[in-house]
Amino acid sequence: MNPHHATAAELGRGLKSRQYSSVEVARWFLDRIHETHGALNAFVTVTAERALADARRADAMIARGEGGPLTGVPVAHKDIFCTDGILTSCGSRMLANFIAPYDATVVERLTAAGMVLLGKTNMDEFAMGSSNETSHYGPVRNPWDGSKVPGGSSGGSAAAVAARLAPVATGTDTGGSIRQPAALTGLTGLKPTYGRVSRYGMVAFASSLDQAGVLAQSAEDAALVLGAMAGFDPRDSTSVDAPVPDYAAALGRPVKGLRIGIIREFFGEGLDAGTGAAVHAALDGFRAMGAELVDVSLPNLPLSVPTYYVVAPAECSSNLSRYDGVRFGHRCRDPRDLMDLYRRTRGEGFGAEVKRRIMTGTYVLSAGYYDAYYLKAQKVRSLINDDFRRAFSQVDVLMGPTTPTPAFDLGAKTGDPITMYLNDIYTIGANLAGLPAISAPCGLVDGLPVGLQIIGPHFSEERLLGAAHAWQRDTDWHRRLPPLYA
Amino acid sequence: MFSRTGAIVTLTRRDVENIAHLARLEISEAELPVYVQSLSAILAFVEQLAAAPTEGIEPMAHPLEGQVQRLREDQVTESDHRDRYQANAPAVEAGLYLVPRVIE
Repeated sequence: MNPHHATAAELGRGLKSRQYSSVEVARWFLDRIHETHGALNAFVTVTAERALADARRADAMIARGEGGPLTGVPVAHKDIFCTDGILTSCGSRMLANFIAPYDATVVERLTAAGMVLLGKTNMDEFAMGSSNETSHYGPVRNPWDGSKVPGGSSGGSAAAVAARLAPVATGTDTGGSIRQPAALTGLTGLKPTYGRVSRYGMVAFASSLDQAGVLAQSAEDAALVLGAMAGFDPRDSTSVDAPVPDYAAALGRPVKGLRIGIIREFFGEGLDAGTGAAVHAALDGFRAMGAELVDVSLPNLPLSVPTYYVVAPAECSSNLSRYDGVRFGHRCRDPRDLMDLYRRTRGEGFGAEVKRRIMTGTYVLSAGYYDAYYLKAQKVRSLINDDFRRAFSQVDVLMGPTTPTPAFDLGAKTGDPITMYLNDIYTIGANLAGLPAISAPCGLVDGLPVGLQIIGPHFSEERLLGAAHAWQRDTDWHRRLPPLYA
Repeated sequence: MFSRTGAIVTLTRRDVENIAHLARLEISEAELPVYVQSLSAILAFVEQLAAAPTEGIEPMAHPLEGQVQRLREDQVTESDHRDRYQANAPAVEAGLYLVPRVIE
């Protein structure tokens, strides 16, 4: 069989039963990346030598009867995760010369699980974008249609897995950056509960929202990778000290009796008709499996985008103040004085959207405007959080579309930031409330994938993965490949 | 800079130059009008928050309730990685980061 037709879980089983070696699998994917890279621009760095070294080590482990379900399985990391000795650019000119001196915890744990590093994936600059068009390394193309965006900010990870250049990839999600690209490329994308996965070594954007997760071919793959990367890390002060359940074991949970809240606010104006129809068909599927569907209203949820565009830029302006041209990263040529060094280094190193968000954040935090913008947004964040809490007192999970439309044309929204921001209207709420959420493919509209979003209470990843897995046992949307990459 | 009484928020070039200075960002003449327009549009967009009733509502800074900052013993746990970390620095000498002269 062709390794790129296998999920990560299937590859793990094939490796364990010696149908192929990890070195053979790694070579297969490296060749595939080599052949298609120009078309998709999914990778910033391909780590071929490292992949083969990892694969040889994995083969040795397997030969000794060691390792787990992911040993020898290739993975690609979003270029936001520090990788010891490897360029970690975060999609920015600012870090285009930054060789990380250590591994992020996510990288360290997946390496310890025996995964094989294929490379680092392209992304919106500092994870700020919904189309992967803000990257210093150029836009990524959607494997389903090269004239469309793959979504963002984890667009390179999404395109890589969708085209099966990697069986699975990591991502980060601050306002939808895993779920939105997963939806637009036909993948299963999981954003865990805030604090579930360590942020150590993950370049910071908005620290009260950022969370690492996975872009996968199936709920089963997402469960395996989440299990390997999650857990307490003393090096991240917001990491939650709670045991990691066996997510893969929870996949068999029955959907019968599950109370599903249908978010009324997600089906109004702005939702594309085809997307809405595909999501409704999926909801009917859950009803047929014995779930109970309940209409739920979260009246403050429509305020999530404006709330986010105060809170996230505020945190970003603070986080990105570290890029000063002194200790690492880009430095301008021949600075006249320290002020000139700061201003030109940052003016040159950051792209237009990052500068826009830094300035928005600087403004809303500045003297005289803090209360009116930042404090106000934090209060509205409380209202949104209360809406979710009330909803979860009535239902087990919430469902709706992941995005208002399927993938849009490259360049269609780059001229108008507000239009671009509104693309995350259904995903941002979960970040503001720190909730886990998953997007699973539920249909095709004019040949482009559509995602069903499932949101749960804090630490309900097992429930989300179980629901998505049940859906994927009944359907084959998650097994469809983009025609050009079949 | 502007009044928050109306829904129309307009920043001037001067406002944007001031924000860029606070953020230590050099913005070119050509970029300036783009930011005047887009930052004004963003502020007008987030202005809809003003209408939300938040009397007596606690601001939410962090998504997990009751989570407190952990403290640790004040002990040395890291070894010295200076040379490794400084390998990424644009200019170092004798273990020190070099910057333009600050005091004449």
